[in-house]
Amino acid sequence: MSGLDVLFVAVGLVTAGAAALSVTSRQVLHAALWLVVALGGLAGCYLVLGAELVALVQLLVYVGAVVVLVLFALMLTRAGGVPVVTGVPQRVAAALVGAGTTVLLGGALLSAFGWGRVPIDGGGSTEVAATIFGTDVWPFELLSALLLMALVAAVAVARAPVGGQDDPSQRPDPPADVEAVQGERP
Amino acid sequence: MLADVPWALEAVLKAAAVLAAFLTLPLALGQLEHKLMGHMQGRLGPMEAGPHGVLQLVADGIKFAQKEDVTPAAADRPVFRLAPAVALVPYLVALAAVPLGAAWVAVDVPASLLLVLAVTSVGVIGTLMAGWGSGNKYALLGGLRAGAQLVSYELPLILAAASVALAAGTLSLTGIVGQWSWWWLLWQAPAAVVFLAASVAELQRTPFDAPVADAELVFGPLTEYTGLRFAFFLLAEYAGMVVMALLFTVLFLGGWRGPWADAGAGVVGVLWTLLKATGVGALFLWLRVAWPRVREDQLQRLAWLVLLPVALLQLAVTGVGVVVWG
Repeated sequence: MSGLDVLFVAVGLVTAGAAALSVTSRQVLHAALWLVVALGGLAGCYLVLGAELVALVQLLVYVGAVVVLVLFALMLTRAGGVPVVTGVPQRVAAALVGAGTTVLLGGALLSAFGWGRVPIDGGGSTEVAATIFGTDVWPFELLSALLLMALVAAVAVARAPVGGQDDPSQRPDPPADVEAVQGERP
Repeated sequence: MLADVPWALEAVLKAAAVLAAFLTLPLALGQLEHKLMGHMQGRLGPMEAGPHGVLQLVADGIKFAQKEDVTPAAADRPVFRLAPAVALVPYLVALAAVPLGAAWVAVDVPASLLLVLAVTSVGVIGTLMAGWGSGNKYALLGGLRAGAQLVSYELPLILAAASVALAAGTLSLTGIVGQWSWWWLLWQAPAAVVFLAASVAELQRTPFDAPVADAELVFGPLTEYTGLRFAFFLLAEYAGMVVMALLFTVLFLGGWRGPWADAGAGVVGVLWTLLKATGVGALFLWLRVAWPRVREDQLQRLAWLVLLPVALLQLAVTGVGVVVWG
């Protein structure tokens, strides 16, 4: 094993361990922080495999933005400190879905590349850019359109009145009609 | 510069140099802040420790080291205790990738601009961890404000930096300075303003210091911290200012290029970089003295309705410029 292999195994173990802790942690906020470690470890995996640009974008987008949003939402709901208790059937189902996805992805990779050795060729920024904006430009643009639609739909769902129609009885209570008073009352 | 030294020794020397810069430059900027704020407000600033108070921050450091390290009973212990390190280490990594001169850079990677932006975006998680882990409602409110603010200002910051990278045709910071010419000062001026405003917000400095607003939230996420851990957060803030000032210099002010064509190489170039970065750092300090704190809704409005459209427009202008002249 070369130095890169050892490094890859180490980073991979960190990533897998953090991911396992992230799904088994009972406190949601701890799970989110383990997710930071797992995503950072994944960036490390990309880096060891020579895909520098992908690694940095992974760090910038997932750790720097997505997880910050998750942490923000957790703080907003105050669910972070409450231990989460899930039933056994739910855990078994989650484990089945996770194992199924692993088998599916691993099978796809094995059928694509077999057991043979593949040289590490992550490609520099120029090659990645040529692929995204050249060869794969249509899937890329379709994906961005999908994300835009999801964003618009999320805003629409969030702004829609409760119950589907704007019934005054469904609106949140208006603030009490009290004048703001500064200083001591006379 | 270090061509005939074995690589291990070179790596150790460079790491030591980066660590030395990381420990001295923020202190120098902090001292400058003390004196500059003092004189702008008609005061003298610190005068007791050393000549004209130059050792004031060293004295502060000794004071912090002597204080008791308190962890509140309601705190989430591991999160609370790890937060200062998470806030501090990314800026150390970023400083290693920011060039001071054409050959004066510890780690010259091809995508160094992206590296600096990526690792500095990790540092904010330290603030969030501090806000939540303290088990204090003021710290939690500060953490909330920090989260909302940092997510909003990350986008204009990256778009402004992307505009310069687009103009230079490279993601390497040394490459960007190599491509830079003086008229970029005008061409990239909107991006420079956006970057400056967004970096002040990322650093949570006045006027965008709502997360640590001391009049409302005690000290935001840092309320419960004492001793060395508090000092590490302060060091992270000033190290962040150093990194952002250097990054602004390299991206928008031509880095180590002087007004004369031949002065860009060697030690003179490093002095140019440091001079320009000191100017940008002084601007950060001036903003703090001159402007009051922006309210939370004004802050979001500025990010999404002013900075983001300006940054997108600048990106379009840069794209047109690159296609027409490039």
